[in-house]
Amino acid sequence: MIQKMNRFSRRALLGASAATLAMPGLVRAQAQPVKIGVVAVATGPQATLGNHLRDGFLLGLRHLNGQLGGRPAEAVLIDDELRPDVAVTKVRAAIERDRCDMIVGVVFSNILAAVIRPVTESGTFLISTNAGPSPIAGRGCSPFFFATSYVNDQNHAVMGQAAQDAGHRRVMLLTPNYQAGRDAMAGFKSRFRGEVVDEIYTPLTQLDFSAELARIAAARPDAIFTFMPGGLGVNLVRQYRQAGLANIPFLSAFTVDEASLPAQGEAALGFQTGTTWTPTLPVEENARFVRDFEAAYNYVPASYAAHAYDTAKLVDSAIRRVGGNMADKAGLRAGLRAADFRSVRGAFAFGANHFPVQDFWLAQVGRRADGRFQTEHVRKVLERAVDPFAAECRMPAG
Amino acid sequence: MTAQLLLVQLLNGVQLGILLFLIAAGLTLVFGVMDFINLAHGVQYMLGAYLAAWFAAATGSFWWALILALPAALLIGLVLEFLVFRHLYDRDHLQQVLATFGVILVLNQGVKLVFGAAPLQVPIPDLLSGGIRIMDGLLYPIYRLGIIGGGLAVAAALWFMVERTRLGMLVRAGATHAPMVAALGVDIRRLFMFVFGFGAMLAGFAGILAAPILSVEPGMGDNLLILAFVVIVIGGIGSVRGAFLAALLVGTVETLGRSAVPDLLRLFLSASEARQVGAALASMLIYIAMAAILAFRPAGLFPVRSASAST
Repeated sequence: MIQKMNRFSRRALLGASAATLAMPGLVRAQAQPVKIGVVAVATGPQATLGNHLRDGFLLGLRHLNGQLGGRPAEAVLIDDELRPDVAVTKVRAAIERDRCDMIVGVVFSNILAAVIRPVTESGTFLISTNAGPSPIAGRGCSPFFFATSYVNDQNHAVMGQAAQDAGHRRVMLLTPNYQAGRDAMAGFKSRFRGEVVDEIYTPLTQLDFSAELARIAAARPDAIFTFMPGGLGVNLVRQYRQAGLANIPFLSAFTVDEASLPAQGEAALGFQTGTTWTPTLPVEENARFVRDFEAAYNYVPASYAAHAYDTAKLVDSAIRRVGGNMADKAGLRAGLRAADFRSVRGAFAFGANHFPVQDFWLAQVGRRADGRFQTEHVRKVLERAVDPFAAECRMPAG
Repeated sequence: MTAQLLLVQLLNGVQLGILLFLIAAGLTLVFGVMDFINLAHGVQYMLGAYLAAWFAAATGSFWWALILALPAALLIGLVLEFLVFRHLYDRDHLQQVLATFGVILVLNQGVKLVFGAAPLQVPIPDLLSGGIRIMDGLLYPIYRLGIIGGGLAVAAALWFMVERTRLGMLVRAGATHAPMVAALGVDIRRLFMFVFGFGAMLAGFAGILAAPILSVEPGMGDNLLILAFVVIVIGGIGSVRGAFLAALLVGTVETLGRSAVPDLLRLFLSASEARQVGAALASMLIYIAMAAILAFRPAGLFPVRSASAST
């Protein structure tokens, strides 16, 4: 008899204390801030792109008065150091130790490829504001993954279309010899129907293009198309101008943008690029974004910043839909899919594979009245473009 | 490839070779005289470029930047020598590699902290701006001719100093057998400091020259450092003459390889295969050349250390 009572009392005591301990937790949950992990490279020469991304997102938070969906929000900044192993470790820590509710960001595709499974398999949403590798748009599509930027190939295909429309018959291609470079050339050729005179692949470490420029001058194509990211693009643009080749139209993607224009300066004037966004797009939100960005950070934003800004607004709209309940994954997914926010690009919608269906522009480098350089939209090349990999996506239920 | 294009590519190769020589000369002297592997030579090149960018932004003139950045690069080299390298002369090569690698990491991050991660721009001086038409539709920037001229002048000055002056004699003696030179009463520490500082200044000078045509960013010296090591191994460690010839060789092989190999392969393979294989083969070409040369001359083209010299 006495033993039974002891067992009963012990169980009751344990149950009561457990309930007491849990209650303050339940009360605290709604007042705790929403934590968003922002993955952006902050080390090395590519840190400029990470800075654009981070500052764009933080400006979005500021415009939302530090709240997402009505709840106070906190951005947890994660430097991936452009190393996949470091990125995975830090992102895991952000989810497990810091209890981040969502992960946004990622400039580079190799980092995204490394972190997507740890994040999505933990039931956390991952929203890419820049990297858009084609496998994730196609067969690898995930109910926990969204991209607010593009599929990487699209910007190259846009220039292929633009070259086709402009009547260029003979084009030379120039890119570094790695997977992204080869994908870029394939993307360009997917829409360009003229003759590819030559494809030049340079070592990733090569900074001096004099030999390649001599080949271009000898071949005299109608135009060149290049994908030369980062410091490579800075060198190529300046050397291209110095070699007197600027009369051959310079078509590009990810080579002349506001991240590299401060270094390229006048040499890049008139060079063309394909993009989803320019600071000059006549959208009301865009004007406010560019103005406040420059006031806060004192440099001209690039598309990395614009997409990150849009992502903050997107996340806000989704959290608002579920009333701040981050545990409602299905509701959050529906909220993200609805994309009920005003983008700096104008109309914004997601396709079935969680990548945007959007307009693409041909843009040209110009100089502003205050002497700074920016990309300026020239004409729309693709309207409401669906990426070519969307059909391969069989989206599993969340 | 037409004869005209070939000549143009040769010119490009010579220009790359001259730049490599300026970096390799200091490296080979330091390695030869002091038996000190200085991986941080690449960041000294980078520091020269950053100093040039800083002074150019401050004074608005390339020439003032050159005049001010050279002694500044020398000073930083001497500071590094005093703080770090001096303690490593008697250590074995692995410890030297580790320490100088650490210096690379620290300075790369330091430069990013001070100047930011974005690439900097240095304007080409007006005197050397513009280009000359060497081929239909191609301008060769006069500034690059200036680099070739400046590099040849430095090579000539180095030759004179090493071959014709007393100091150069001490340097050559030190490269052959340093303990003997010390035993003869020469202050070997002062000689080392001079050689190191001079080497740092040469690397900085190369950085200043390269800054207007290549983007100034953290880590810009790391890839050229690898090429510089290939140059000094081919040329013979400790030999400036060897470094000069090897640098020209490496520069022309690298440039001609990039331009000619894909075209050559098109004789055997399909166009897209030729491009892929050609690109990969072209980047391997100088290492294949190095292996071939070392197979016949294991100590390089102009070996300095006699076989009996053991430390």
